[in-house]
Amino acid sequence: MTDTPLLALSGLTKAYPGVVANDDVSLRIAPGEVHALLGENGAGKSTLVKMIYGLVKPDSGTMQMHGTSFAPQEPRAARAAGVGMVFQHFSLFDALSVAENIALGMENAPRLRALSKQIRDVSEAYGLPLAPDRIVGDLSAGERQRVEIIRCLLQDPKLLIMDEPTSVLTPQEVEILFKTLRKLSAEGTAILYISHKLEEIRSLCDSATILRLGKVVGHCTPSETTARDMAEMMVGSTLKTPTRAGKTPGAVKLDLRGLSAASPSSFGMPLRDITVQVRAGEILGIGGVAGNGQDELLSALSGELLTAAGMVGFEGQDVGQLGPTARRHLGILTAPEERLGHAAAPDMSLTENAMLTGAVREKLERRGMLNWPAAKRFAERIIADFDVRTPGPGNAARSLSGGNLQKFVIGREVLQRPQVLVVNQPTWGVDASAAASIRQALLDLAENGTAMIVISQDLDELMEISDRFAALNEGRLSEPRPVQGLTVDEIGLMMGGANGMEVAHV
Amino acid sequence: MDLSAINPILFVAGFLVAATPLIFAALGELVVEKSGVLNLGVEGMMIIGAICGFATAVETGSPLLGFAAAAVGGALLSLLFAFLTQITLANQVASGLALTLFGLGFSALLGQSYVGVKPPRLPDVNFGPLHDIPVIGPIFFSHDIILYLGFALVVAVWAVLKFTRMGLILRAVGESHEAAHALGYKVVRIRTLAIMFGGACAGLGGAYISLIRVPQWTEGMTAGVGWIALALVVFASWKPWRLLLGAYLFGGITQLQLNLQGAGVAIPVEYLAMSPYIITILVLVILSADKSAAPASLGRIFHASN
Repeated sequence: MTDTPLLALSGLTKAYPGVVANDDVSLRIAPGEVHALLGENGAGKSTLVKMIYGLVKPDSGTMQMHGTSFAPQEPRAARAAGVGMVFQHFSLFDALSVAENIALGMENAPRLRALSKQIRDVSEAYGLPLAPDRIVGDLSAGERQRVEIIRCLLQDPKLLIMDEPTSVLTPQEVEILFKTLRKLSAEGTAILYISHKLEEIRSLCDSATILRLGKVVGHCTPSETTARDMAEMMVGSTLKTPTRAGKTPGAVKLDLRGLSAASPSSFGMPLRDITVQVRAGEILGIGGVAGNGQDELLSALSGELLTAAGMVGFEGQDVGQLGPTARRHLGILTAPEERLGHAAAPDMSLTENAMLTGAVREKLERRGMLNWPAAKRFAERIIADFDVRTPGPGNAARSLSGGNLQKFVIGREVLQRPQVLVVNQPTWGVDASAAASIRQALLDLAENGTAMIVISQDLDELMEISDRFAALNEGRLSEPRPVQGLTVDEIGLMMGGANGMEVAHV
Repeated sequence: MDLSAINPILFVAGFLVAATPLIFAALGELVVEKSGVLNLGVEGMMIIGAICGFATAVETGSPLLGFAAAAVGGALLSLLFAFLTQITLANQVASGLALTLFGLGFSALLGQSYVGVKPPRLPDVNFGPLHDIPVIGPIFFSHDIILYLGFALVVAVWAVLKFTRMGLILRAVGESHEAAHALGYKVVRIRTLAIMFGGACAGLGGAYISLIRVPQWTEGMTAGVGWIALALVVFASWKPWRLLLGAYLFGGITQLQLNLQGAGVAIPVEYLAMSPYIITILVLVILSADKSAAPASLGRIFHASN
């Protein structure tokens, strides 16, 4: 590593109305260095990388690249200077082909035929197989990420920014991604890596900068620091690990027999012959790469997707033909993955959102008349019990940060004393301390006799809270196995392996 | 009834003329919708184009200047829509409907002194000997320059959307404005330009009715062609060639039913008059059964807030 840093930030400050997103942030990255950026939700990580990528302009402070001033006015300028960024989401076009998507992210894209050849060459060199003429909407999450990575690699970047790259990958895919990143780093490309997964950072990154409330609160060498210490630096206080008492599962609450259903969406995955039982007080963890039937399973259980008779049983009763309201009445509650637009109506207030799913079980409605004061009290109870940070229940769901809204939508279901609770991605995009409190709430609920299905992409989470684990692959559910004694390799195999990926030809 | 009264050559030449306003209006709207914007104001922009073109042609004596003015008029009106939907983030459906109502009213006001006036005629393109080829000549080589421009525009739009970077960016913006923004494309600017292109095309289509097809000025003379254009874009699955086919079908049946009325067929006039609408929609519904999807961001409001 040389003495002149590849990228040096000094005193970067960016304020939005009401909040200082970055306050006097300084950072140095050497060529070939893998640098982690850590922090809770809302700590200012995204704002910082957006400034480096030219999407946001700093209010004050300077950036230098190779010792010369660097102030990109737009992403185009940043890309020209050798900065590439792999986004967490929102940067691929479903209806366009792989090659077209890649061409859109390049300054001087060659003709499609020449580009397709380049894509094949790069994907082969880095062990990321990808067919240039496929439509992106048909690709798996892991393949979509390859599109983004290859888009960056084709521009020969000096600095690659990766925002939560592993949240949608199987363990085997993560291993291959890391091999690619290590190879890049060995070739002199610096990587700025954002992730909530501290163990990954420990195995991959050379150094780390920790942000809290927009300020740099510390640096560390991840390989020499424990994950717990890093988490506590992020949060600024000691972290509670979810705990649970030993318990014996009760009677069978939810009984799925050969559940099969076509997907309502054209890019979706049909459910194929899913048979599983969940007992009172038990948590069944369901893993698997996104897009393998998770959303469809949740809809089939919530009643959004009706199924043939005899496929979904609840306490011996056939509920497959009942709609969501009737199932809520029985105590089958669900919290879907998509917070804005599915779990919550973005432009409605928290009180109204509390009314939407709580009306039946919290008796907020009588003969078609809505009891708003009671709904407001219910919303306030959720806010207090789950530490939702918002000025009050009158605020729109949209105005909450992702983590806070997640606490609200999970809390809303947990407080309705469900008999069966199905949650999808309960802690997605939520910081470590909030995630711990959500998991604790789920464990407490199971303790009180609720049968629970937790669908998640986060294997550590599933290992931490579930009693049994099963994986969804191509709409099929594997045989559930007790979590105790399950190894990462076994889980990877249950999830369908690496989906045809091969190891990088280093 | 005497079907021999229908001259097949004049009939085909006539339906090319009848289809042209629709081609312009629908093609403009196709580009607008490909960029992710739903502009329901096509009818209003057409009628504004019709009166701007008519008035300018009458005052200057030049039909071509009239068409230029029609394009400018349509584009200016569409700029109002662009301001409402792209800058003030107003609802696109409501803004488009308002644009149509405003255009119909404003054109009536502008056109008060032009009722009953005869516009200068745009001469046919001189193809020399080609015009004298039997059958082919009178059908294909006896029209004005704007009709050929309409056909060329279909080819150009198809080629730009399919083969150029500009077309790719336009489609990308219509597909996902967040993603396009994240890659650094100016979503609002691209959409505004697309909306103005749509306005200019609608204006040309309107002027083609008032200067060539009819040629005179009466209030509300576009008579719903703008709405047919909107439907045509959807049923043509946002594909230029299919759109051309639909426009010719519509123009052909319009011309046919007029000829049938002339020939005194024993079908009530009302049924004949509605037949082009019904048949065009039926055929395109069947054609669009392959479920080609609309641009994913169509009609959604974009704000670069995060």
